[in-house]
Amino acid sequence: MAEPTFLDSTEMVLNMGPQHPSTHGVLRVILKLDGERVRGTDCVIGYLHRGLEKIGENRTYAMYVPYVDRADYVAAVSNGLGFCLAAEKLLGVEAPPRAQAIRVILAELTRISSHLLWLGTHCLDIGATTPLFYTFREREFIMDIFEKYCGARLTTHAFRIGGLQYETYDEFLDECRSFCEWLPPKLEEYDRLLTGNRILIGRMREVGILNAEDCKAYGVTGPMLRAAGVKWDLRRAQPYSGYENYDFEIPTGERGDTYDRYLVRMEEMRQAARIVRQAADSMPDGPIMAKVPKVIKPPAGEVYVSVEAPKGELGYFVVSDGSTQPYRVRIRPPSFVNLQALDRMARGALVADLVAIIGTIDIVLGEVDR
Amino acid sequence: MEIVFQHPLFKPLVLTAVLICAFPLLAGYIVLLERKLLGDFQVRLGPMRVGPHGLLQPLADAVKLLTKEDTIPGDADRTIFWIGPVVSTFTALTSFCVLPFSSLVHVADVNVGLLVILAMSSVGVIGVILGGWSSNSQYPLLGSLRGAAQLVSYEVALGLALVSGIMMAGTLSLVEIVRAQEARQVWFVFSNFGLMIVPFVVYFIAATAETNRLPFDLPEAESELVAGFHTEYSGFRWALYFLAEYANMFVVSSVAVALFWGGWLRPFPSAGWLELPLNYGFPALLFLGSGVLCVPMARREAVRWRRNFMYVVGLCLAACALPFLFPPVNQLIIGVFWFVLKVAVLLYVMIWMRGTFPRFRYDQLMDIGWKYMIPIGMGAVLVNAAVGMLLAK
Repeated sequence: MAEPTFLDSTEMVLNMGPQHPSTHGVLRVILKLDGERVRGTDCVIGYLHRGLEKIGENRTYAMYVPYVDRADYVAAVSNGLGFCLAAEKLLGVEAPPRAQAIRVILAELTRISSHLLWLGTHCLDIGATTPLFYTFREREFIMDIFEKYCGARLTTHAFRIGGLQYETYDEFLDECRSFCEWLPPKLEEYDRLLTGNRILIGRMREVGILNAEDCKAYGVTGPMLRAAGVKWDLRRAQPYSGYENYDFEIPTGERGDTYDRYLVRMEEMRQAARIVRQAADSMPDGPIMAKVPKVIKPPAGEVYVSVEAPKGELGYFVVSDGSTQPYRVRIRPPSFVNLQALDRMARGALVADLVAIIGTIDIVLGEVDR
Repeated sequence: MEIVFQHPLFKPLVLTAVLICAFPLLAGYIVLLERKLLGDFQVRLGPMRVGPHGLLQPLADAVKLLTKEDTIPGDADRTIFWIGPVVSTFTALTSFCVLPFSSLVHVADVNVGLLVILAMSSVGVIGVILGGWSSNSQYPLLGSLRGAAQLVSYEVALGLALVSGIMMAGTLSLVEIVRAQEARQVWFVFSNFGLMIVPFVVYFIAATAETNRLPFDLPEAESELVAGFHTEYSGFRWALYFLAEYANMFVVSSVAVALFWGGWLRPFPSAGWLELPLNYGFPALLFLGSGVLCVPMARREAVRWRRNFMYVVGLCLAACALPFLFPPVNQLIIGVFWFVLKVAVLLYVMIWMRGTFPRFRYDQLMDIGWKYMIPIGMGAVLVNAAVGMLLAK
């Protein structure tokens, strides 16, 4: 170590959040700064803690389904899907094919909606205000479909244990198809505005690099893992809800930087639209609810079921003691696990990069804090 | 009375008073224009509530800002905190005194006009630095550091870009620069075989950085530094910074217009037969058309007073066409018309850039400033000097 001189700058501690325009809710990051360089980050979470897991122990299985929607509230359908699958596995039932196909449609629409929200806010983080309004316009289409289907737009409670409560409305499939036709031109519009933009590439390339080894070490999943070049998607690796019947690509990146994650998510929206279209075209007839007893009382045991949520692997570990209420529910939220990698990615970056990195992790604080 | 009108200080004083009174209102309407345009870019309407199509929004904003509680952080350096916005506003408004609105309408024709503007914009950034530093808070501190760094990098490119124009005109007085273009019968941006477009682009980018506008709004980068150097400011002090920013936008656009886009000259100053359609027909049609277009907008208003308000606005706009039809009055105001119209086009481009681009990062900003803008600016000076000499022979 050299002798300290008067030219050395002192470390500045900056408390970023919980009220800050780009911490996506109530994340608080304590930054150690050397000028504009980030020397260390310290995440303080829990401002949105609602005891979601503990609530599960005091509710019956059916009563708990709407609660999980509040975890990742921008992708509520995926949360509900995960928990319903877990409860069904405990019960030993499987949703009928028609219910599964409708679940896939809604889950993929949710993926698109979540990615659209990510795109808008991520662009806002790096200073482009306009895409936010475009993505909200597209997202509105999906919200309308949800609203017509189950009455709610955000926290949908779309699924029931064993299938679905509601049959689809008459124009459901047509609207899904027309959305799938409408989306790709809009994505091309984004490509023209953003993908080739030199400023945007400059802000994203080589920023927040997380290679495949680091991803695996941290347990990072979802688009962040795929952007590092790992072709891992639970929809393909351990198919659920009939995903094995659909043909779709798993986009991957090479460098694992912010720009690759951007490209991966853009491509995922296109692939999700493809899945929706296939599911709408091959929609089977039949019942939408499996035979599930009125009082759900699964046999004692434990299951872990995970689904590919828009942000990564969303897992539910449910322990049953044979009563009507779960003995323990443990949620493995992708945002929480992915957020761990923040320090690794942000060390040595600039403040502006840190904001881009928080955006690229695509966190939802409801899910981080539960 | 005669002695008052003939006094050499009469015109400057009256114009100064008019500018100082009118500019805050004008700035308010530039903000409304910006919000409306951004709304248009972003598939929404922009302000619609206060008055029909938000026409009274600037007044409501002004009242709100004036009546808002004025807070000063406990640990702030109160004196410097007080001086910061004053320095910014003062320098921004001082630059107005050398702007050549037309051959008749200008506060002062100083023989170092451009230097005055450069000096004022350099001093103006001190307001940013002082404000950020005296807040005694981290975000403003980072913001003002960025502001200082940005100034150092872009002032040089800005100066180099101006040198090209000054060489063409052979003077630093903004009025004389426009007169030089009048004498050559060409806007400088199109002379030297179009080579002057290069210094103009360099100037415009540097000026955008100078005024802290997107994509160079690092000192107040909202998503990074909350509000940058003015995070701790509220109410009227904040409004002063805001006013200074819009005044600076107006000033840098005016300099670009005076130096490159022919100042108060009409398009194609060399073609005499265009005098009638451009100097009489165009402004009259523009105002008349705007007035007529207000009618369908008024019809759509449901509330009676809003409908009538819109009709009155349309009538006023249409009435603005009349003065342009009388030759003696036209001579007086046509210069101001072209000047303001050109400034408005440049302001539109600035707002358009804000609606389109993401923000640069601190180090990228420095890279562009030092590695691209300054070399290009220097190259433009050399090439334009050579070409200008060859053409002069």
